[in-house]
Amino acid sequence: MEFPFLSLIALSPLLATVFILMLPKERGENARMIGLAAMVLNLLLALYVYVFYHQNLPEPGVPWAATLRFLEEYTWIPSIGINYIVGVDGLSATLVLLTAIVGLGGVLISWSIDDRPREFYAFFMLLVAGVQGVFVAVDAFLLFFFYELAVLPMYVMIVIWGWKERREYAAMKLTLYLLIGSFISFIALIVLYFQLPNQGLPLTFDLRIWAEANFPFNVQMIWFMPLFLGFAVLAGIWPLHNWSPDGHVAAPTAVSMIHAGVLMKLGAYASMRVGIQVLPEGTVYWMPFIILLTLVNVLYGSLVAMRQRDMKYLIGYSSVSHMGLVTMGFAAMNLNGFLGAGIQMVSHGIMTALFFSVVGMIYDRTHTRNMDDLSGMRKALPWLVIPFIIGGLVSMGMPGLSGFIAEFPIFMGVWQGTSIDLNAVFSLNPASYYNWIAILSVLGIIITAAYILRAVGKVFFGDYAGDKWHDMRPLLAIDKMTLIGFSALLILIGVLPVVIAPMVESGVMPVVERLENAQQAVTVMNSVQTAAVDLFQWLGGA
Amino acid sequence: MSPNFNLTWVAALTAEIGLVILLVIVLAYDRFLKPENRRRVGLLTAWGSFIILLAVLGLWFFFDLPSAQVSLSESLIWGGMLRFDNVYLVFTVMFLAALIITSLVAMDVPRLQRSEFYALLITATLGFVLMGGAADLIMVYVALETASISSYVLAGFNTESKRSSEAGMKYFIYGAFATGIMLYGMSLLYGVTGQTNIYVIGQMFARGDLILGVQPIILLAAAMTIVGFGFKVASVPFHFWTPDVYQGSPTPFTAFVSTASKAAGFAVFLRVFQSGAFGDISSFSPTTAPGWWAMLVAMCIITMALGNFVAIFQTNIKRMLAYSSIAQAGYVLIGLVALSQDGSGAAMFYLLIYIFTNIAAFGVIILVSNKTGSDEMKDLYGLNRRAPVLALVMMFAVLSLSGIPPTAGFFGKFFLFRAAIEAGLWWLALIGILLAFVALYYYLGIVKYMYLYRSDEEEVAIPVSRAAKIGLVVSIFFVLYLGVFAGPAFEWTRQAAAAFFPG
Repeated sequence: MEFPFLSLIALSPLLATVFILMLPKERGENARMIGLAAMVLNLLLALYVYVFYHQNLPEPGVPWAATLRFLEEYTWIPSIGINYIVGVDGLSATLVLLTAIVGLGGVLISWSIDDRPREFYAFFMLLVAGVQGVFVAVDAFLLFFFYELAVLPMYVMIVIWGWKERREYAAMKLTLYLLIGSFISFIALIVLYFQLPNQGLPLTFDLRIWAEANFPFNVQMIWFMPLFLGFAVLAGIWPLHNWSPDGHVAAPTAVSMIHAGVLMKLGAYASMRVGIQVLPEGTVYWMPFIILLTLVNVLYGSLVAMRQRDMKYLIGYSSVSHMGLVTMGFAAMNLNGFLGAGIQMVSHGIMTALFFSVVGMIYDRTHTRNMDDLSGMRKALPWLVIPFIIGGLVSMGMPGLSGFIAEFPIFMGVWQGTSIDLNAVFSLNPASYYNWIAILSVLGIIITAAYILRAVGKVFFGDYAGDKWHDMRPLLAIDKMTLIGFSALLILIGVLPVVIAPMVESGVMPVVERLENAQQAVTVMNSVQTAAVDLFQWLGGA
Repeated sequence: MSPNFNLTWVAALTAEIGLVILLVIVLAYDRFLKPENRRRVGLLTAWGSFIILLAVLGLWFFFDLPSAQVSLSESLIWGGMLRFDNVYLVFTVMFLAALIITSLVAMDVPRLQRSEFYALLITATLGFVLMGGAADLIMVYVALETASISSYVLAGFNTESKRSSEAGMKYFIYGAFATGIMLYGMSLLYGVTGQTNIYVIGQMFARGDLILGVQPIILLAAAMTIVGFGFKVASVPFHFWTPDVYQGSPTPFTAFVSTASKAAGFAVFLRVFQSGAFGDISSFSPTTAPGWWAMLVAMCIITMALGNFVAIFQTNIKRMLAYSSIAQAGYVLIGLVALSQDGSGAAMFYLLIYIFTNIAAFGVIILVSNKTGSDEMKDLYGLNRRAPVLALVMMFAVLSLSGIPPTAGFFGKFFLFRAAIEAGLWWLALIGILLAFVALYYYLGIVKYMYLYRSDEEEVAIPVSRAAKIGLVVSIFFVLYLGVFAGPAFEWTRQAAAAFFPG
């Protein structure tokens, strides 16, 4: 048997939770050591998995099941086809690494937490375990199981360690939104499980079989929306994004980092893995509608961010806008779109983690996040300026940084998306339609530049009122390390996209191929439909 | 019906015989106890029922009793009064487990350290066990009354408390009325068929022996029987007694009645309605279902909705859990209306885990209110700082009640919804899930009170005896264990559920 890398990645934080809970109350401080050890182990394993996969990229064109590495299979509830199967493809290996990085950053950032550290680290580890579990799961049920596991600690952590004024409201809102969304997806999962066209084989939740299956068109059409949107709630898709800024703001820094940095990718990843990949024809049918939602996401998110005075709300709404780009990349339904979306997940993950750590450090010292009250932080906390500006530039998609590598392919993909034949779906000529979306969404970048530059100017430059803040203690060494690490990664991806692009590409390739086949299927069906309509009209006319 | 007496007939009664012996011992033991050793009565009950549990499981494990291979007629014993099958086994295990854990957590409540309390718990369990095996309308009634009468007394056990007396009285009046109506329904069924054994009646329906005109009477009989069973499982609209009785009764009894009594109600509910005694259900589909099926679906939806919505507004924790337990009954009804082996198996699995979950939740309340003397929601404030272990137990219990992994409640709900979707009732599953989120609101509220809110008495520790600790830890162990390794237990209940269906 091979060494169980992925199980260790997903379950080591869970073990850490158990160890932390067994610590006696008076030695609660030791919890952070256990947490750190678990996350370092996690990072090393994730790095190994990533590098190994990068060295052994699968041939292009092989089916998804063949791109999976580090597979482990154990029976769980065999009688109803639920198994413990974990494995990674290029995209999930990348996201596992991202989670490990952000998780480690979260542990370091909250090193000096003093209110019940034992409980804090226990829940934090549980959260990381849930997220890692989703990324490595190859069984739809297992994926959902870990997904739920990730949502719950959010509630407890926001409620206990969150921002006093809004934590109860925000935590409840977040939990209800996410759980309702995911459980609606869950119903769709069970329905699909019973509809699986498997030629007499036993029913199963194995995604490798689902990813090859051709569900009947009407099943795809009906159940795609619940399945996709239920998970996309967590990716902050437009009319259902409302939980996210509130949640970001109310959460403690480490949780905001995980939340915006990784958890929202969970939604995007799950909606791609079980939504788009399993139901390609449903995707082709609905995506021209969904892309409108994502356009609203991008523009509305950035416009609302313009109006914010609270720095965390600013980043919260900018997250909504940037996650809109991810779903927009999906909606482009071609390789460029998916590639950009995949890289955007990573780039945005690190960028928001960076943003939230900077804001957290400022807030710890000044006890305000209101941009009107802050000014001249450059003098007091010079270490924060450059990382924040780097994050800002990434957010605007400046070439040479990771944001450009991510956003450029998305816009390109949407522009290219015009080649899809969508006539029968909305009876309008999509050639103009997708172009307009690409043009409009680029406007979002301009708005982003406006609010980021305004924030930088207000907070870091201007006069420094030194006597206003009593508690301007210098940054800890670990804080600086975290900031440097995050900034370096953003530059690395921007300068050397080859470290990430082939991985993401190999991960999204099978999905894109499946979509292309489905587009043919839908086109065939459309022409049959058109012929039928013609025949009908001809009969009626005669 | 098996006419020849053999040893299996006696083996089938292991639990009943054991419970009667235990009852006598508990009553006699009381005479020899000094006042300061009174808590030993509870310990004796727990140990005694543990031994019975081992005996029942041992018979099953080593001698394959009850055996799944035995035909229907052979498994009907004692003149068709009982059916010795795996359903019987599963429910017996549930009731004994409930009795053990209840005795453990009740042991240190000073007011209840009397042999009468435990003796009545044992007689109630005896009734429940018989309900689990009853295959004859007469036996159903007798067993149900055995259980009920003990329960009425237990509800009013706190004679100094007005609320407790009110609870006992209310429970009694409702119960007498509901079982009266049920008995009327059963006699209608008997009048039409001339038989009291549900399986014999089921065969008459299956063969088409009954003349066409009796359909309305059968429907009326079914509706009236639902009244009695619905009362027992506390489903809307027969739930009005629940909040008052749960709030007024001594808390250990509330724990017991909300789990074991509900499970026993579902045992007869599942058995009688799936035996075909109210119409053949072998070729079931929602459009051709008998009239009472639609009634049950309506009951199921209203029960989930009402229980969850009303629970939000409660400030008394026992009352809130009462409404939550009404809602939980609605979820189990999903398993019943699926009318399939998977559905019944899921319902039994849900009841099994519900016993561990709910007794753990009530166990925490018992310990807290032992110290504070009340059971208002604000007693839970700051529990995490006061007693971290109790807070953790409570948190897992409410998570399991709301169906969040990694607790057993998640699998319980998953199996139920899966069965519903398999039967084509995906809309019912959807309604159930949406209402589960209403429930999540108040369950998470409890987590918030324990972990976030502060109280003035944070320095006052809450004493937890070793027995209570064992009870709680065992319950939570099962909640978490079945939340990860649910497979074998579900397989057990699912295969047992085959016995519900004739042929």
